[in-house]
Amino acid sequence: MREISETSIQAVNAKALLIRGHIIRMLGEAGSGHPGGSLSSADIVSCLYFWEMNVFPDDPRRPERDRFVLSKGHAAPVLYAALAEKGFFPVEELDSLRKLGSPLQGHPDMRKVPGVEASTGSLGQGISWSVGMALAGKMDPPSGHRIYALLGDGEIEEGLVWEALMAAAHYKLDNLVAFLDHNGLQIDGPICEVMSPEPVADKFRAFGWETLVIDGHDIRQIMQALNTARIVKGKPTAIIADTVKGKGCSFMENKAEWHGTTPNREQTIQALKELGINQA
Amino acid sequence: MEKQATRDAYGKALVELGHRYRDVVVLDADLSKSTKTVDFAKTFPERFINAGIAEQNLMGMAAGLAASGKIPFASSFAIFATGRAFEIVRNSLAYANLNVKICATHAGLTVGEDGGSHQSVEDIAIMRCLPNMCVVVPADGITTHKAVEAIYHRPGPVYLRLGRPSVPVLYDDSTEFSIGRGIELRGGKDATLIGCGIMVAKCLEAAERLKIQGIDVSVVDMHTIKPIDRDLIERKARETGAILTVEEHSILGGLGSAVCEVVCEQYPVPVLRMGINDQFGQSGAPDELLEYYGLTVDRIVENTVRLISNK
Repeated sequence: MREISETSIQAVNAKALLIRGHIIRMLGEAGSGHPGGSLSSADIVSCLYFWEMNVFPDDPRRPERDRFVLSKGHAAPVLYAALAEKGFFPVEELDSLRKLGSPLQGHPDMRKVPGVEASTGSLGQGISWSVGMALAGKMDPPSGHRIYALLGDGEIEEGLVWEALMAAAHYKLDNLVAFLDHNGLQIDGPICEVMSPEPVADKFRAFGWETLVIDGHDIRQIMQALNTARIVKGKPTAIIADTVKGKGCSFMENKAEWHGTTPNREQTIQALKELGINQA
Repeated sequence: MEKQATRDAYGKALVELGHRYRDVVVLDADLSKSTKTVDFAKTFPERFINAGIAEQNLMGMAAGLAASGKIPFASSFAIFATGRAFEIVRNSLAYANLNVKICATHAGLTVGEDGGSHQSVEDIAIMRCLPNMCVVVPADGITTHKAVEAIYHRPGPVYLRLGRPSVPVLYDDSTEFSIGRGIELRGGKDATLIGCGIMVAKCLEAAERLKIQGIDVSVVDMHTIKPIDRDLIERKARETGAILTVEEHSILGGLGSAVCEVVCEQYPVPVLRMGINDQFGQSGAPDELLEYYGLTVDRIVENTVRLISNK
């Protein structure tokens, strides 16, 4: 259990703001990529890296580290921004996103970026890796490390996700937590219109997961859910985080078209201004 | 002649490997009695994971285990391990260059009565074109045993192709087996027969028959399809001037294609590819199927004679 205090909440909120700024800047610079789902998950990822997880930027592969797997790999900017802020590599490198020769590939590559635990991007595979990592964690002499996965709500239309969820419950992987970034939108429109995975919480419960539903932008609720997950025994925990796609950028919020469209120069400046960040 | 199925040798080798190395874990998809991982499962239950009938998740979990320092041996039938799970193998194993050993049994026509839906005749081709992937097709139980040890020590993803039926034991324990180094089973000056898997034994038998006809052929067991032994292929092309490839696989993209790629770039000589001619299999007894699709000693002899006459 970790302590939840006003100070810790403020600290995570401050990091989430910085990360949102990085996301906007790097995507504006790259000219392609996925802002909507990066922004919707910024609070969850910030809470993991700056409150919940034990990670070691100076020794990224230390065996007892906690692992984060970005199953929705297209949200790579949120992961890169968190890793840079955490000190895994210099913040200046974020500007190389998606450029030839850059370690910051369009989707995360574990062989190129310190701190990236899984090469993801093809949807559904990260949660399957996470189950394997949690199994390995149970086999090892227990170091108590935990595995955290982040799924998109469009992603769970992939059949592989449900194979993985079934296996996690079957093997009683209580060292595994999966967040669902439930922003309700995918590329072609609302998930309920494209191919509804609803009711998502009922489905996770039916697959044997302890399932919590929270506001995915409320740091206190994210912290409380993570603490709850730590006391759940004999099964994995799903945290259904209701979020807003494009959160923090008024013209992107709740718009499917900002799934994979990047801001131009003026839009970048406006978005940073809204966040209260002056530099572009 | 002593016989053993390569899958049986695999099952035994896995148990030995498990005793020696703590980081070996084995995954299967509800086929452990057929793939022969069942003995490992009984001996090391804490290191055996049954994925159920879910080959995609089998490969994804193997990725997570490998990323955590384990050396997973992931088994199913060849059709599912390489076909059903292809894109997970591609992105989670090959692209991430993870240390996972895909050990698939029931490859090729000799699955037999289950029919064309279960006869993988394209798996070598689709595994061979993946960057980082190594492809090994042992000819008998002895070299299967040695291959299991060898792939454990080779970092990165490997595809080990195994069969269902009992096949002749061609080697003894003193045989040297090294990934990427073909085995020259006999010398000869008129042509070279290059086989892999169960066709190596048939190549040897064909060579004996050809000898009676006064034709002197060399036989190579090309157990590693990737990285292929370019030096050996070039040397055999120079020495014999004609090559016949024989595989229980489509003639497109497998051993024959790999040999042709080397021959045409390094020392062009006539090559004739024997395999399954761009078609699917069907139900039947394994030997009937090999006969029907032309993968017999008789046809190897005929084709060799034809090849040499065109030199």
